[in-house]
Amino acid sequence: MSFVVIKLVSQRIALGLLLLLAATVLIFIGTQILPGDVAQSILGQSATPEALANLRRDLGLNEPALNRYFSWLGNALQGDLGTALTNGKDIAESISGRLNNTLFLAACAAVVSIPLAIFLGLLAVRYRNRWPDKMISAITLATISVPEFILGYIVMYFVAVKLQWLPSVAIVRPDMSVFDRFEAVAMPVIVLTFVVLAHMMRMTRAAILNVMESAYIETAELKGLSAFRIIASHAMPNAISPIVNVVMLNLAYLVVGVVVVEVVFVYPGMGQYLVDHVSKRDVPVVQATGLIFAAVYILLNTTADIIAILANPRLRHPK
Amino acid sequence: MSISKTKSTRMSRRAFLGYTSALSFAAVLGQVHPVQAAEPVKGGHFVLGLKGGESTNSLDPALSASQVPFNVLRGWGETLLNVAPDGGLEYRLAESVEATDDGQSWHFTIRSGVKFHNGETMTAQDVLKTMERHSNEDSKSGALGIMRGIDSMSVEGNVFTVNLTTASSDLPYLLADYHLVIQPNGGMDDPAAGIGTGPYKITENEPGARHGFEKFADYWDDSRGHYDTYEIIVINDDTARAAALQSGQVNAINIVSPKTAKLFGRAPGISIETTSGRGHYVFVMHVDTPPFDNKDLRLALKYSVNREEMVEKVLNGYGAVGNDTPINDAYPLFDETIPQRQFDLDKAREHYEASGHDGSPIILRVSDAAFAGALDAAALFQQSAQAAGIPLEIKREPADGYWSEVWNKQPFAASYWGGRAVQDQMYTTAYLSTADWNDTRFKNADFDELLLQARAELDENKRKDVYGQMGRLLNEEGGLINPMFNQFIDGVSAKVAGWEANPNAEMMDGFIASKTWFE
Repeated sequence: MSFVVIKLVSQRIALGLLLLLAATVLIFIGTQILPGDVAQSILGQSATPEALANLRRDLGLNEPALNRYFSWLGNALQGDLGTALTNGKDIAESISGRLNNTLFLAACAAVVSIPLAIFLGLLAVRYRNRWPDKMISAITLATISVPEFILGYIVMYFVAVKLQWLPSVAIVRPDMSVFDRFEAVAMPVIVLTFVVLAHMMRMTRAAILNVMESAYIETAELKGLSAFRIIASHAMPNAISPIVNVVMLNLAYLVVGVVVVEVVFVYPGMGQYLVDHVSKRDVPVVQATGLIFAAVYILLNTTADIIAILANPRLRHPK
Repeated sequence: MSISKTKSTRMSRRAFLGYTSALSFAAVLGQVHPVQAAEPVKGGHFVLGLKGGESTNSLDPALSASQVPFNVLRGWGETLLNVAPDGGLEYRLAESVEATDDGQSWHFTIRSGVKFHNGETMTAQDVLKTMERHSNEDSKSGALGIMRGIDSMSVEGNVFTVNLTTASSDLPYLLADYHLVIQPNGGMDDPAAGIGTGPYKITENEPGARHGFEKFADYWDDSRGHYDTYEIIVINDDTARAAALQSGQVNAINIVSPKTAKLFGRAPGISIETTSGRGHYVFVMHVDTPPFDNKDLRLALKYSVNREEMVEKVLNGYGAVGNDTPINDAYPLFDETIPQRQFDLDKAREHYEASGHDGSPIILRVSDAAFAGALDAAALFQQSAQAAGIPLEIKREPADGYWSEVWNKQPFAASYWGGRAVQDQMYTTAYLSTADWNDTRFKNADFDELLLQARAELDENKRKDVYGQMGRLLNEEGGLINPMFNQFIDGVSAKVAGWEANPNAEMMDGFIASKTWFE
C-alpha cells in the first residue's frame, strides 16, 4: 500500500515540475508580447531619442528571444534572477523582502480565516436552514460580493480615521518588533479574512452536508452521539479533500492575488512589486515574479492533491 | 536681504549680473534666505505620504521622472541654484554667477567647505563631472535636452565655466534643473549611491514602499533641514493617502484630488495648500498630419473648447484657463496683452466650414494617464465641438503604455506639461523645430528665429516683446489646445509650520522636508 502512495505522490510532484516548466515558457512568451518597450517605459514622457537608443543598447534588448529564454532559465535554476532593468537592484534581494512580507500577511490572514471559516461551516451545518446558518451565509456572501478596495475603505474609515485604533498605513520596517508587525497588518488581515471567508465556509458546509446523507451518519445518530460530535468527528474527515482543495486555492489567492489590498493599505508585498514592473516593462522582474507566483500556485495545488490522496483511500486505487 | 527679492523686480540680465557680485558678497557674510515669520524649531520625525512612486525607481538623479524620486532627490541632493518661489534665483552650491557680456560664457563660483555625505569635500571638479555625465551623448538623463546648447565646460580653481554655442541669458535657470544634483565625481562611479550634499542623508531605500532619511550633521546651511529624521511613504491610492493624513500617520500628502479637496480641507487639523504653477492639461494636435495640418480646422477646435467650464468641472475651480500657449503669468516676461481665446461656437463653425473637412470623425485619444480627469475633459470637449458641428470622437486608450504608444505618436491626444522655469526652456523643450518633445510637430522658421533672438536679447522690454510675438504665433498657428493650467493641491497637517507657496513644483518645489518644521 505504501508503495502505491509513494508512486502516486511522486507522480504528482513530477507533474507539478513539468507544469512549472510549461509555466516558464508561458511567462517568457507573455513578457515578449507586451506592447511597448522597456527603454521607452523607463524614461516615460521625458525620453529623448538619444537617451532611448542608449538605454536600449545597455539593456541588451537586441539579442534573439530564444537565447534570452535559455540563459534566463539556466540562471533562474541556479537561483540567479538577475538585476532589475529599471533601477539596477538585485532581483533576488528585492524579492526576498517583499516575498517575506507577502507570506507574513498571507499566513496571518490564513491563521485567522481558515479555522474561522471551517468553524462557521460546521456551525452552519449544525443549524442548517435555521437562522444561524442563514445569517452566516448572508454575512459572508455580502463581504465577498463587495469589492476589496471598498471593504478596505470602509474598514479604514471606521477603524483608522474615526476610532484611530489601528494604523491605516500598513508599512512594515525591518527593525519592527513582531507585535508591531501584527498591529501593522491587522487591517489588511481583517479585509482579507472577509474576502476569503465565504468561499471556504460555503465549501465546508456543502461538503459536510453531502456526507451527512450517508448511512454511517445515521448509524452515529442512532448510537446517540451529539449532533456537533457527529459533524466534527464523523462527517468532517470524509469531507476533508474538497475542503483542503478550496483552502489551498484561497491560500494561493492570499499569496498571489492581494494587490488591491496591498495598494489600499500601502503594504510592501509582491503584488504591487509585480504591477509596477509590468507597467515599466521590466522583463526580468516580471519573469522572476511570475515564476515565483506559478511555483506557489503549483506547490499549493500539488499539496492539496497529496493531502487528498492520503486522506481518501479510494483515490489510491484509480480504476 | 534676499536674493529672491532682487529678482522679483524682473530686472534685465545685465542688471541681474550687476547684482550678482553684491549678492555673492552677502552670501559669504551669512546665509541668504527669505525672512521667516517664526524661528524654526529643530527636531522631530517628519512623514510624507506621496503619490507617484514605483518599485522600479532608482536613486540615480538622471533617471528621476515621477513625484517620489523628485522629492527623494530634493532630500539628499542639491543643485547649483534653485529657482525661488517668486521666479528669482537662489544660490545653493554655486556662490555667485558671472557671464561675459555676450552671454556666451558663464562662470559659476562654487561654494567652499561643502561636504558630501561620505565625508569628502565638494569641489568644482565634482560639478564638472556631474554636468559631463548629464550632457554626455551616452547619457540617459532627463536633463540631456537642456544640456545640448553647451559647447564646452572647464574648471579653474573653484570656478566652473560653461561656454555656450549660442548666447543664452537663462543658463542659470537651466542649471537649476532638479536632475542636476552634484554627486561625488559626478556620480560616474555609482550614479545610484544616493550620496550628495543635501540636508538629509538617505538611510533606507525601498523603492515603491518607503525612503528613510536622517539629518546630515555637517550640512552647510542652518536655514534648511530642521527635522532629525524624515521618511517618505509611497501611497499611490488617493483615498488611502487622504486617510493616512486624517489619521495622523503622515504629516503631509501630495496630489489631493480636486474633487474632494474642498471637503477634505474642512477636516480638523488639516490645511489644503493650493499653488498656481506652470503645469497645464492639454490636447495636442500634430500640425503636419491631416486633418490637423489645416489651420482652420485647428482654430475650429480651439474655439469650440469651453475653457471656463473645464476649469470648473474638471479642476473643480483649482486652476485657471489657458490660452493655447504653454505660458502663463507664472513665467517671467509673460505678455499679458495677448487676447484670451474665448469659447465661441459661431467662430468654431465658421472655421470648420472654411476648413473644408469631409466630415469624417476626428479622433481624440484619451486616457486618465494623461491627467486626472482627462476623460471628463474630453467628454466636455466633444459636447461643445459637436454643438459647433465638428464630428469629434473620443477613443479611450489604456493607461498602461499611454506615454509610449499614444502620446507623441498619435496625431490628436490628451497630455500634460509640468512647465519649466523660464519661457525659453519651455519653448526649447517642445516648440522649437528641433525640439526633442515637439509633441505638436510645430515647425515654424519665424518662431525659431524669434526664439534665438530672444535668447540673445539683453533688453528686457524687447525680450518681452519677442516672447509676446511668439505667444501670438503659437496661439494662432500652433497645434496646442491648452484649456487649463492646473494647481498643485497638497494637504498639510496643522502641526507643520513654515509652508510657503512655490509655483515651481508640488510640495514647495520638493523642499517641504528641508524648509518646514514642527510647531
